[in-house]
Amino acid sequence: MFVLILKTESVQYSGAYASMKVDNSLRLDQFRSNFRVQVTKIEKDEKKEEDLIEFDMVGIDASIANAFRRILISEVPTMAIEKVLIANNTSVIQDEVLAHRLGLIPLNVDPRLFEFMSESDLPNEKNTIVFKLHARCGKGGRITVKSDQLKWLPQGSEFLLSTEKNAPSSTSKQRTYTSFSCNQDSIPELRDKPIGPKYPGINLARLGPGQEIELEAHAVKGMGKTHAKWSPVATAWYKMLPEVVLLENIEGEQAEKLKIKCPQKVFDIEDIGNKKRAIVARPRECTLCRECIRGYGWDKKVAIRRVKDHFLFTIESTGALPPEVLFTEAVKILEDKCERVITELS
Amino acid sequence: MEHGSYEDQTQATFSLNDEDHTLANSLRFVLNQDPRVSVCGYSIPHPSDARVNIRVQTTGDPASEVVKDSCQDLMLMCQHVRSTFDQAFTKFKSENES
Repeated sequence: MFVLILKTESVQYSGAYASMKVDNSLRLDQFRSNFRVQVTKIEKDEKKEEDLIEFDMVGIDASIANAFRRILISEVPTMAIEKVLIANNTSVIQDEVLAHRLGLIPLNVDPRLFEFMSESDLPNEKNTIVFKLHARCGKGGRITVKSDQLKWLPQGSEFLLSTEKNAPSSTSKQRTYTSFSCNQDSIPELRDKPIGPKYPGINLARLGPGQEIELEAHAVKGMGKTHAKWSPVATAWYKMLPEVVLLENIEGEQAEKLKIKCPQKVFDIEDIGNKKRAIVARPRECTLCRECIRGYGWDKKVAIRRVKDHFLFTIESTGALPPEVLFTEAVKILEDKCERVITELS
Repeated sequence: MEHGSYEDQTQATFSLNDEDHTLANSLRFVLNQDPRVSVCGYSIPHPSDARVNIRVQTTGDPASEVVKDSCQDLMLMCQHVRSTFDQAFTKFKSENES
């Protein structure tokens, strides 16, 4: 169905075409037979881990495609540093700025292995990941503290609670800021893939001679709607498939003109006998910039349209989960939302 | 939470906490395609409140039943999307890594 559109919405009411004896109601079977997905591109980073996926999603309404996009950005959970305990910071970067920078570091850990921490929960091995950072600059020279200096502490915090410091340490184990009941190393998934920052070279601070940073960072599970640091995607977006139509034959000099007009090189020229005729060679590259219909009379020759139910989806992962897993997780979250409504109503 | 009347169950406003356009707009789309629905729309009364109101008026069936059916339909659509996506992904992988 190709429709010239001014807005993204399609006709939704089931009886919209009733007077034309056309039933517009939703039919799952029809949806099932029309819906298709085609993956067009997968990109990998230097560690051979997938970080980008592009795919075509055809036969679905914008409202549902948009729901997937919105969930990807703001409701698929990840782990991020939330609490920073600073023991010493004599660098020029302020505590709160440093803590903010730490929060934004993507961590390569599967968030599905962890639980959300509610306000009443104590930090334990199921909801908290602890990192240690200790950097010191000697006399002479300067150093840059990078994200790879964050060291994972599978045993939990090493800082003692202030109430414990004066108490006699003879009897039982002293209490720290976390109460881990076991070593996180004992979880098989974490043993195979130790937790750390996804990228080793993120600058955190620069230290001058004699300056020192000593801190502990606690990462918890969260969602992008609370803070963007928990968003699992660098971004996720879609566009509708552009459809460029030549309304009349464009030949000779005009064809050359049209080819040059387009900055995305959508048009090409084919030779028919001794004639040159313009063709639409790469409509997917079109950005709908309208450059081709600028100038007197061109809008009568070329039309730019969009296919309303064909989405070119792109998902860029920040590294916690590969992008295809993010998409399936997002779809599952929409299912969970529906299920919640059903249980609340019955 | 449902706001309707006991005498007339064909129309009701459903107030969903902790939801936004994500669910409300897709649910409205599915509801509007149901032939039993005469009017359906949603609104977010205040942008600082995490709440949406979905209004449903039907041609005779109880509104809550229609909403439940639509949720069910949306779930089935999602399941189909998931399986189709997985198939497409494995297909791409096998074609590009062999």
